[in-house]
Parts: sequence; C-alpha cells; structure tokens
Amino acid sequence: MNAYKRPDPAGQPVLQHDRYRSTIRRAPSKPLIVLPHTLTERTGPLFNHDAMGETDHDLTRQHPGEPQGERIIVAGRVIDDNGRSVRHTLVEICQTNAAGRYLHAKDNHPAPLDPNFTGGGRAMTDENGCYRFVTIKPGAYPWRNHINAWRPAHIHFSLFGPAFVTRLITQMYFPGDPLIPLDPVLESIPDEKARQRLVSRFDLDLTEPEWALGYRFDIVLRGRGSTPFEE
Amino acid sequence: MDPAPSGSQTIGPFFHFALTTDEALGCLAGPDAKGERIHLRCRVLDGDGAPVSDAMIELWQADSDGRYNHPEDPRQKSHDPAFRGFGRLATNDEGVSVFETIKPGRVAGLDGALQAPHINLSLFARGLLNRLVTRIYFAGDPANQEDTVLSLAPEDRRDTLLAHPDPQHTGVWRFEVHLCSEHETVFFDV
Ligand SMILES: [Fe+3]
Repeated sequence: MNAYKRPDPAGQPVLQHDRYRSTIRRAPSKPLIVLPHTLTERTGPLFNHDAMGETDHDLTRQHPGEPQGERIIVAGRVIDDNGRSVRHTLVEICQTNAAGRYLHAKDNHPAPLDPNFTGGGRAMTDENGCYRFVTIKPGAYPWRNHINAWRPAHIHFSLFGPAFVTRLITQMYFPGDPLIPLDPVLESIPDEKARQRLVSRFDLDLTEPEWALGYRFDIVLRGRGSTPFEE
Repeated sequence: MDPAPSGSQTIGPFFHFALTTDEALGCLAGPDAKGERIHLRCRVLDGDGAPVSDAMIELWQADSDGRYNHPEDPRQKSHDPAFRGFGRLATNDEGVSVFETIKPGRVAGLDGALQAPHINLSLFARGLLNRLVTRIYFAGDPANQEDTVLSLAPEDRRDTLLAHPDPQHTGVWRFEVHLCSEHETVFFDV
C-alpha cells in the first residue's frame, strides 16, 4: 500500500509562532524527525455510527430548554487531497456559547453561561463524506495573548480520517469577522489561501427557512501518494 | 487541481467538556484483553519544566501480538477483540494522564523486520498549533537495539522515547514528554 502524502508546509501552521505567545515555551525548538509510514501510522482508530447518540450532532437539543443565541447549521464534506470522500469518519466539535463563554471551570471570561448549552458535538460522515451539525453561533472571546486580544468566533473541529497520520484538529471561522485578520492563531498558517479555507461560507442552500442560517465548511485530510513507501 | 489538506489549528485550553468526557478512553484494553497489563503514566512538562495541565493525550497501539483492528493490517481478522488500541485523556493539574493498557506486541516495519514494541502518542494543547507526535518504547527491551525508527532519532536524544518501569509500583511505566527545552522529547513529522 502507498504512503500518505506530506502536506505543503505553506498550508500548515508554523509551530513556533511568537505572536501566539503560548507557542514560545511549548512548541518544539528542535527539528522534527521524519517518521516513515509504518503499519502503526497507516492504521488508526475507526469509529462507528452505533456509538452516536440521537442529539450528538444537534447541540441545540442536548438540554431540556433551548440555548440562547443564533441557531445555525454547519455542514460540509470531508475529502482527502486526492478529492476522494472520507466516509464514515468521526467529526467532533467544541465551541463557546453565544456569549463567547466555554463551559469550563478555568474560563473566567465574565460572560454568562447558558444552562441549555454545553458546546460539544459529534457526527459521522456519510457515504459521500458529508457531515451536518445544528448549533448556536459561538461568540468572540478575549484572551490574554496581548493587550485587547480577542479570538474571532470559531468552532474547533476534530477529525480522525482512516489512519493515524490523517488525524486533524482545526478551527472553523465565520465569513466577514473583523477579528480574522488580527488573529495570531490563524495567522500562523503562512499561505493566505490556506487561511481562507478555514473560513466557512454562508450557504443559502443549507439555510432553513424560518429556522437557521447555514454555513458550509469543507475539510481536506491527507490522502495517499503514488509511491509505495517513502524513506 | 487537487485540494490541499486543511491547516491544523490549536485545540486551545478549553476542550474538556466536549472531547475528554469519556473516562473509559483511559483504558485501551478490556478485561479480557490478552497480554501483560500495564499502567502507563504520561507526564507533560513545558519549556520551563512546569506541568502542562491543559493538554490532551491520545495513544494508538497494537495488541499483544502486534495486530491492529484496521483493514490496512493483513492480520486484522485475528486481532484481539477485547483490545481497543486507542486511548484519550486530558492531563491533570500535575500534567499527568494515566492509561491502562497491555504491552504491545511487535509490528512489521517497512524493511520487513519487526519493530520494537511501541505506542504512538499524539499531544494536543494550547500553544501547539499542530499536534506533536512521539513514540513510546519500553526501556530494557532488547528489540529496541534493532528498531529502525528509534535509530532515526539522534543517539543522545533517543532515551527521550523510552518509558521506564516505576521502581515503586510493579506494572507501572512512566513516560515524560518534555516540550521545548534542553531535554526536549524527540517529536516526529508524520
Ligand atoms: Fe477556542
């Protein structure tokens, strides 16, 4: 079987990105060692639909009442970099509530918690690599990275794909957010086009009348190359 | 033109309520799993030696006979059904996660020779824009001498990839991940 392709570094974040302060004492200071794709890297955990609860993908129905905020649909397709659907893979999301507050003891942003919103969701992609969540538009929140630092509204996305090497955690942003050009986290990706691909698109076709606005967010995982193994 | 892979971004510090709610994922091996049962204590320290208390650790390993429950493994059909092979925990205030698992068997390497027993570790945290990947090997295993991946690591840093048996507690192995320091763990570009 063929090895997985290595992504173009311009489309991936620089690990030591000083403007994102937490990278300074955490990101590696020594060069990474290129790991050949042995069986350990070409396999990985697989999950199945049976493990999904009925409201796992609908963050607005996980509590007795309805959460505050703007109800949205977030959907898209997961493909690999050969253009093939990534089927039956687990997609997890993690986000703040509408006020920009995480349900976390250490989040001390003085914005209200919402008793009807947790902020965690799970879905499996279908035959065509498509997933769909119903949620609430997350809020921007302040962080202590620099003076007057605010993260643009975002949803953390976690994906596994078919192998250990295809694991990805990324963030989805919202179109038109004035905080996007100021964000040191997104800025860590050198290529402008690659940054723009993490910004979702408003999609009228996903939007449901009298119900919720739709945002489309497609995700590309690594696919296999044409050479059997890389050295 | 083929699309490029999406860029990685940090998990941030506040993922627990969504990603690490299932404490059962601290145990990779069901009660009936074959093999030598161990507890693997992973501790993460930052560049100042301070515990990283807001990280998420994921493990991926073969069963006691070196098999993966995955179609890529030609021996998938005979894998140990009681063994999950995947684990995920958040670190605690001391930067520690303790996993229960079994010692993995040997898995075929690229050159046809068997690899030494190892566990792949992914680390996600605030300040890590991409996950960090390392491997856990077991100190004292004679197979380490001939492992082709271990030999890729510079000789003076190779011991950062070793877990050591806890002298006080039998069956407990300790593995330390050092971020960004003199004693920095070897991280791999996968
Ligand atoms: Fe966040």
